[in-house]
Amino acid sequence: MNDHGPISGGTCRDTPVLRERGQREVFCGLTGIIWLHRKMQDAFFLVVGSRTCAHLLQSAAGVMIFAEPRFGTAILEESDLAGLADANEELDREVARLLSRRPDIRQLFLVGSCPSEVIKLDLDKAAERLSAAHAPHVRVLSYSGSGIETTFTQGEDACLASMVPVLPQTDARELLLVGALPDVVEDQALQLLADLGIGPARVLPARRRDEAPAIGPNTQYALLQPFLGETAAALDRRGANRISAPFPFGEEGTTAWLAAIAAEFGVDAKTFEAVTSAPRARARKAVAAAAATLSDKSVFFFPDSQLEIPLARFLTRECGMQAIEIGAPFIHSDLAAPDLDLIPEGPVISEGQDVDLQLDRARAARPDLTICGLGLANPLEAEGLTTKWAIELVFSPVHFYEQAGDLAALFARPLRRRASLKVEAAE
Amino acid sequence: MKLTVWTYEGPPHVGAMRVATAMKGLHYVLHAPQGDTYADLLFTMIERRNHRPPVTYTTFQDRDLGSDTASLFKTACQDAYARFKPEAMIVGASCTAELIQDDPGGLAEALGLPIPVIALELPSYQRKENFGTDETFFQLVRHLAQPMERTERKSVNILGPTALGFRHRDDVTEVTALVNDLGLDVNVVAPLGATPSDLTRLGAAHANVVLYPEHAETAARHLEKTCGQPWTKTVPIGVGATRDFVRELSRICGVETTSDETRLRLPWWSASVDSTYLTGKRVFLFGDATHVAAMARVARDEIGFEVAGLGCYNREYARPIRKLAQEYGVEALVSDDYLEVEQAIAAAAPEMILGTQMERHIGKRLGIPCAVISAPVHVQDYPARYSPVAGWEGANVLFDTLVHPLVMGLEEHLLTMFREDFEFSDAAGPSHHGGAHKAEAGGQPPDPRSTSGKMKDEELHWAGAAEKELRKIPFFVRGKAKRNTEIYAAERGVSEITVETLYEAKAHYAR
Repeated sequence: MNDHGPISGGTCRDTPVLRERGQREVFCGLTGIIWLHRKMQDAFFLVVGSRTCAHLLQSAAGVMIFAEPRFGTAILEESDLAGLADANEELDREVARLLSRRPDIRQLFLVGSCPSEVIKLDLDKAAERLSAAHAPHVRVLSYSGSGIETTFTQGEDACLASMVPVLPQTDARELLLVGALPDVVEDQALQLLADLGIGPARVLPARRRDEAPAIGPNTQYALLQPFLGETAAALDRRGANRISAPFPFGEEGTTAWLAAIAAEFGVDAKTFEAVTSAPRARARKAVAAAAATLSDKSVFFFPDSQLEIPLARFLTRECGMQAIEIGAPFIHSDLAAPDLDLIPEGPVISEGQDVDLQLDRARAARPDLTICGLGLANPLEAEGLTTKWAIELVFSPVHFYEQAGDLAALFARPLRRRASLKVEAAE
Repeated sequence: MKLTVWTYEGPPHVGAMRVATAMKGLHYVLHAPQGDTYADLLFTMIERRNHRPPVTYTTFQDRDLGSDTASLFKTACQDAYARFKPEAMIVGASCTAELIQDDPGGLAEALGLPIPVIALELPSYQRKENFGTDETFFQLVRHLAQPMERTERKSVNILGPTALGFRHRDDVTEVTALVNDLGLDVNVVAPLGATPSDLTRLGAAHANVVLYPEHAETAARHLEKTCGQPWTKTVPIGVGATRDFVRELSRICGVETTSDETRLRLPWWSASVDSTYLTGKRVFLFGDATHVAAMARVARDEIGFEVAGLGCYNREYARPIRKLAQEYGVEALVSDDYLEVEQAIAAAAPEMILGTQMERHIGKRLGIPCAVISAPVHVQDYPARYSPVAGWEGANVLFDTLVHPLVMGLEEHLLTMFREDFEFSDAAGPSHHGGAHKAEAGGQPPDPRSTSGKMKDEELHWAGAAEKELRKIPFFVRGKAKRNTEIYAAERGVSEITVETLYEAKAHYAR
């Protein structure tokens, strides 16, 4: 453990991917609104959809955590389906009412849903029209979070991608970090980079519209999350250059991620060592505490957020676990390659899902720890499998050195809990 | 198009899921895109169910839309039958599938599966969750139940309990005891715990107990017509309603009225002197019509509260709720807009709210204690302990539930006497809650101008001293004092409320 030498045998990069389609036990892209609306403090997310969309958002958010959230659903009704012209008029009216009630809102996202996509309500055009009507105070953009196009975290990808074309232009050679992280973690990352002498670094999404980063052909960008493929493509179209690296989970991932950026910006080895050695040691120590529980245990990932591959790399290399299956809803081969390169071959790599078949595989393998969604966790626990809710990995601060121990602890806790409970279920 | 932040009810297919998940041996094939599977977590997480809901989602994607979503549906049906071997299947569409018009019913029928396959028409853009439960249960009953020979001993069916209901699990136990006390057997409980073959035996009962009309009234009316079964109109929640229910059921079954009330404690708990402080506490009720109607009676007649306002979110019961409100001398609020409910509660300034998960949050914002009495509820309202709200034990539970959020009798007096004490002030909240209860606005008493919906700045003004005096009044009676003073002032054409006005109003409304 923690001995990160090069891998001598084959790696997961060479493993053929098992592609399945069937019933998927995953969220749609609308779910990203739950964290995006907290990250962007002057933004409002208006889903144009059905009662199901509204119900999903409140169920995924744990029902009403925030008294008045900066999101809502414009629920399509029978009359909206009859004529699209009327639906557009209705939308304009609802947006005008919303913006007059919330003068603090500076950017509005119209978020497409399954029903709005199927009836072909053109939200791009609506966004243009509404932007013109409410400029300059409010900018209106649109993206789709529909389940027929996006899975869970792909909603954040679609949202960030929609922002890229309207970012201001610059020729400055600057670093751009891409991905919505909790503010505390983002600040840690910026501090580490500043200590390395790299700066000023910009972040997409910015916390407020006025702080939006400028980009151009000299922009060097690094992704913070593995699910941002569309955003990366949009940045590439603006001429920006992606710094390829494993994702910054755990001590090894964070170091590799920082090292790739440091190399791009010409940071010397001595500086790198001076800045990272103390937090690296802290991270190793913190991970070791949880790794005692995780070591030599097997792990099975159901697809959820696309974090599965980097997290499997962390669990296998830094925590001593053995991966049985690493399921992801979608695999961006370019973005996943640096992490796949670090995982020795062995586990099944699966993309997409046929949940009943995958459950059969999990039951046959009896993993020590199963990472899955909220719909599957309790049923699997009742079958005697120990589970970790995957959604917590998206909602908690888990990136970079100072969170490496917390990340390992998230996986260790269910195992420690099962070992510590001395009550059998009632017959 | 209607802008919605939080919803009381999900879409109608979630209602169908509540019926399917409550039952055994039934499978639901839902034509739906990826993402609609979120509904599983309502059952596995909020209700802590240890099995996946028996639902197969077809999970169609963008690329399927141009080609063949219909064959995707057929494959999903066949696979679900082969894997789960259900006794019967229900099939239908979620909101998106409704738009692509694949006709799940026709497709499933064409498969010729060797089990009953029942098609559901649940219009997603018009109706909501409770319509979904009622319609699904009705369709199951319509297809599976037949007139048949009655059981030898007199028996009844208990209809209405579903998955994700408010205390349905324990209410069934309690109502079963009431039925047995009358010398009657329970023939079938449905949907909760029933199989499709159990539904084929519904006709053998002599009558039906409709425990939750919003989920079972249509089915009960159908059974009345086809199987000649009378059904109960009283929901046995609260002491008076339970007694009425026992009388009603014994009358329609032709048996002697008898019930073992030895476990009933509410009447004495309410009569005991400690409860005096509950007299006239103003409560606002909001939730589903069944629970609001039952709890209003409990609140007024059995605990001695004053009903300051009531309403329901399920529009299907708007008429009975309006009639009920008239009896209580208040205006009914029939709405599924949570902001409108919040406004109405703020305007009524009650001392306690009896509501749903939404009202718990409204109460938190307004600094008003809240007891939860109706779905939708969150995970903490699915208790591990036995905790019915129907029947005799249900009445006992209700006494505890409706009293717990309040400041207790003597503590109320101490707070009044030492209201300037920095440690023992009203901002600290009831001591049995560990002082955690505070209004979200930093525990400051609400500004008299900000909360009252009735007050118009132009007409009424609180003088500084009067406003200060008002804040000295403990929070649990402050709303009432403020409201009474404003009404008193308005009736007399007084534009500035002084300390004098405050105490004049107090004397005027003295009881």
